[in-house]
Amino acid sequence: MNKRSSLVTPLWLKTLLIGTALAYVALVLLLPLASIFVEAFRKGVSTYIEALQDPDALSAIKLTGLVAVIAVPVNMVFGIVMAWAITKHDFRGKGLLIALIDLPFSVSPVVSGLVFVLLFGANGWFGAWLQEHDVQIIFAVPGIVLATIFVTFPFVARQLIPLMTAQGRSAEEAALTLGANGWQTFWHVTLPDIRWALLYGVLLCNARAMGEFGAVSVVSGHIRGKTNTMPLHIEVLYNDYNFAAAFAVASLLAGLALVTLGLKSLLEWQHGDDLKAHGH
Amino acid sequence: MTIFVQDIAKSFDDHAALNGVSLEIEDKAFVALLGPSGSGKTTLLRVIAGLAFAERGRILFGGTDVTDVPVQARGIGFVFQQYALFRHMTVAKNIAFGLDIMRRKAKPDKSAIAARVEELLTLVQLPGLGARYPSQLSGGQRQRVALARALARDPKILLLDEPFGALDAKVRRELRVALREIHDRLGLTTLFVTHDREEAFALADKVAILSDGQVAQYAAPAEIEANPANDFVRAFLE
Repeated sequence: MNKRSSLVTPLWLKTLLIGTALAYVALVLLLPLASIFVEAFRKGVSTYIEALQDPDALSAIKLTGLVAVIAVPVNMVFGIVMAWAITKHDFRGKGLLIALIDLPFSVSPVVSGLVFVLLFGANGWFGAWLQEHDVQIIFAVPGIVLATIFVTFPFVARQLIPLMTAQGRSAEEAALTLGANGWQTFWHVTLPDIRWALLYGVLLCNARAMGEFGAVSVVSGHIRGKTNTMPLHIEVLYNDYNFAAAFAVASLLAGLALVTLGLKSLLEWQHGDDLKAHGH
Repeated sequence: MTIFVQDIAKSFDDHAALNGVSLEIEDKAFVALLGPSGSGKTTLLRVIAGLAFAERGRILFGGTDVTDVPVQARGIGFVFQQYALFRHMTVAKNIAFGLDIMRRKAKPDKSAIAARVEELLTLVQLPGLGARYPSQLSGGQRQRVALARALARDPKILLLDEPFGALDAKVRRELRVALREIHDRLGLTTLFVTHDREEAFALADKVAILSDGQVAQYAAPAEIEANPANDFVRAFLE
């Protein structure tokens, strides 16, 4: 038998395949990305800076930062708790819990937003009570934070669960036999083993928290300078035919995505072994 | 310290892993739990350690009933088949773990811990390797570190779950000898799980042969060889 036959691709086919793949990536990914930056700077750097210094734009940038600063730590803590509960313990209803973690990924973001309107809106389940106590959630910052937390919930847990499953429980059990309590075991044994995967999950969670449009759009009410996040502000500017400003803000979001991508690749390159299953 | 196992039963889902097991492991004895896979030997060891809990029966250490005592408070040393070392810690930190996490009042000072680590490294014949990481050690060395770590808080009882299972034959023989020496020198009560008949008979004072969650025979190796209790034991010896 000829050993080479099954593995060797003819040169012309190889060139064609690689060429097609590269052309596709350039057309579908690179061209749109480049166009954002080209459009943003079309009218010069001064217009670009002016667009970003507009009070409404600044307010949107601040709000996006605020939402991420709240949503990401919350999901980090609960993601760790979920992954810890699921991978290191046995209990009834575990399968259901695992399925539920993915719910935000499988539900359309618009529906995710509508759920909160249904709960906390003026005509919602808790609407009357909230009005009585002068608490506004929908069309206000709390609603945006809640919707963002909901949509970005799976990132950390999803990153940790496969890794922690592969690592097993024996290191934790060893710590227990050595006299450690639950907290000491988590802090000294579990956490150091998952730190890079955790950072990776947090990174993805943050990118989505800052970029989320659908769910946030439903609950925000689009009040300029008040409840518009960066993605919503971009839409408003675009609908006003203010393209230079729209692309200026969009370039910030795209830049953030590129930084995320860079950090993600760096993590994969430096700590690839710690991100996925491995033997001891 | 004498270990009394009294009528222990435990099941997983609907299948009985342990079905009324009673054993008395005398103070300072070296006992092997021997049996085919699925016989319940590892489950029994974990119940004695406090890593698993039985549905019925009692566990006593000396005169104390430890059935409901959590694993941390049982004062046992445990060695896992796959070493279970903390891979982000040096060998010295691994061994010191049990001491480092003690409450401030009870905790020995730094120099005392360092001295204890060196003493344990010498005991397991790895002097000077404290600064290495587990990944820089061979399988046999890792298991020696795991043994040193388990002994750091001076347990009276040492439990080992297939401690040599992942090692090649030569390393396995060396480690066996080392384990027996340490057992004798420290005056431990040692219970180890194995599926290797030859290993159990060569090393242990007494062997408990388990079959389907029950003790088929519990006696000295010579006694078992001379008088197998039943057909299962007879078949297992061949």
